[in-house]
Amino acid sequence: MDIFLQQLVNGLVLGSIYALVALGYTMVYGILGLINFAHGDIVMVGALVALSVAQALAGSGLPAPAVLFLALLAAILVCVALGVTIERAAYRPLRRAPRLAPLITAIGISILLQYSAALVWGKQYLSMPELFKPGAVVVAGAQVTDLQVFIFLLACAVMAGLLWFIKSSRVGRAMRATAQNPEVSGLMGVNIDRVIAFTFLLGSAVGAVAGVMIVLYYGIGHYFMGFMLGLKAFTAAVLGGIGNVAGAMLGGLLLGVIESLASGYIGDLTGGVLGSNYRDIFAFLVLILVLVFRPGGIMGEHSGERA
Amino acid sequence: MNPRLYSTIALALTAVALVAGCAPDDSSVKIGSASPLTGSQAHIGIDIRNGVQLAVEDLNAAGVEIGGKKVKFRLIAEDDEANPTKATTVAQKLADAKVAGVVGHFNSGASIPASRIYSDAGIPQISPSSTNPKYTQQGFKTTFRVVAHDDQQGPTLGRFAVEKLKARSIAVVDDSTAYGQGLADAFSATVKARGARIVAREHTTDKDTDFKAILTKIKGRRPDLVMFGGIDPQAGPMVRQMAELGIKARFIGGDGMQTPNFIKLAGASAEGVMASIPGLPKDQMPGGKEFMAKYKAKFNSEVELFAPMGYDAVMVFVDAMKRAGSTDPAKFLPEIGKTRYQGVIGPIAFDEKGDLRNGPITIYVVKGGKWEPLETVVPGAKPAPRAARKKK
Repeated sequence: MDIFLQQLVNGLVLGSIYALVALGYTMVYGILGLINFAHGDIVMVGALVALSVAQALAGSGLPAPAVLFLALLAAILVCVALGVTIERAAYRPLRRAPRLAPLITAIGISILLQYSAALVWGKQYLSMPELFKPGAVVVAGAQVTDLQVFIFLLACAVMAGLLWFIKSSRVGRAMRATAQNPEVSGLMGVNIDRVIAFTFLLGSAVGAVAGVMIVLYYGIGHYFMGFMLGLKAFTAAVLGGIGNVAGAMLGGLLLGVIESLASGYIGDLTGGVLGSNYRDIFAFLVLILVLVFRPGGIMGEHSGERA
Repeated sequence: MNPRLYSTIALALTAVALVAGCAPDDSSVKIGSASPLTGSQAHIGIDIRNGVQLAVEDLNAAGVEIGGKKVKFRLIAEDDEANPTKATTVAQKLADAKVAGVVGHFNSGASIPASRIYSDAGIPQISPSSTNPKYTQQGFKTTFRVVAHDDQQGPTLGRFAVEKLKARSIAVVDDSTAYGQGLADAFSATVKARGARIVAREHTTDKDTDFKAILTKIKGRRPDLVMFGGIDPQAGPMVRQMAELGIKARFIGGDGMQTPNFIKLAGASAEGVMASIPGLPKDQMPGGKEFMAKYKAKFNSEVELFAPMGYDAVMVFVDAMKRAGSTDPAKFLPEIGKTRYQGVIGPIAFDEKGDLRNGPITIYVVKGGKWEPLETVVPGAKPAPRAARKKK
């Protein structure tokens, strides 16, 4: 039982990271109908920026929370700049083009980001300095580290803030209006270009937070780390109902837990035929099942238009 | 960054030399080097290439005569990206370039598929580092290696775990590669035969960095030792995540994780981790001190792992050429098997399969943030006192 609980904790932490990344996919999809495949790589850039800042400051005598704060700030700034620039340079000119064009562009941007990162940071695995001594509490036999609690709470706070923002603020209302019908919103005085740019800004900032969490949690960064992460987060977004913000959060958490439990128990369930190295199949099995049986996702409306 | 820069420059120069067409010197003998020069294992691959380059430069500086003719050597370094498919492409490229011999590849998973191409072309291949037993068991006359293989390394590690560490319940993880799985299987067989229990047998991949699920499962089985067959980019985070999950078991692995990079990636959790590596400790190699100084002066970095093996591999080729009086692979290939060469790494001789005879294996432990040699075992020749009973 304690092991089950431990896997659940692992899954929730992994899931909250997936959820934050999935938000970036789902917000952009909700408004533009575009699957922004470069989003995973924006997260990667955020992770590596934070890692570099932490490496540079680790020996400087600054207290660890200050280093973390600066790393987070740098990651958010770089990611926001990147996200908004990509939208302006690569997606806006294609807004009236057939849907396939921006999709292919997104894949191109993804590859561009990966190999630019390889040029800047090299292709080797990079190590994040250990900012905090891992302290831990034992809850019913499961070891929960401070870091895990921190990541989970931060993710919850970001998600709650985002939900509130979209529901209650003026810009949030403009975002929802644009998602429903860009032309009409434009006629009602909403500046569509600014709303879309702001959506990318928001998604990239949340992605940067996720990137920082990843390097904190796993202690390792790599120029290719955004690829699989992006696919998983996209799966999470589809699972929750792509375009639906609350759905992305639910999908992310669910996917993290499914993956964690699956890789923990698959060996026992299949009598050792399939090992935990097959855990990635679960994420994509989930994707296929959702697409076949409930294309709208768990929380998606069955409008067929958005899914 | 620096070694990468060097590799880029070296590759660029090679490319320029090739494109320029008017090959610098047609009588020069080409030595191929094949290892990952990019990717997560680049630091190890570049290390090998540097060793080969150093050997070529030393030979050219000293001046070598073969069959009464002055001979110059030229390095052709290729990047196999640690990828089995790319390895065959690279092998074909080297074969087409008519190299006299190939030092490589680094990964067993690359050396094995590439060896067929070298065998067909009649080009001798010496791997500085591939430890999967299958590499030399394919019936090719061209395959050699200058390291002990996993059927020697795995059991040595296993004996050490059971006899010295007194491990009774052991969890075994591998990275699903030819190398990692081979090592882990050989280890498992030995510890089982010696009465220890394998309480978990898990697999990950050579690209993963999240091992929480596997480790949590392992935690539930309460092992006193965790063994990992794989490379440092996985071993580092794995050790770190073990500490976070509060697993107190000791951690042991093979040569793929016995690198400075492992300690960087694992951070403070690296302390006390053990790993075996074929060969003597760098500074206990007969030519080690001198080699390391030379390497440092040339490349301004420390020897990572297999540079001395790469260096010696070239010397073994040239030694065989001298005895055959020819640089033609068809003529000097039979001589390689008869090698009796005193290299940087110690005496080099091959058995009938092309494996290194009596390759020593050293077990290291991380102490104060550095790998310190703990114990050296020579399988066959001079077994450790209590380990004399059995050899697979």
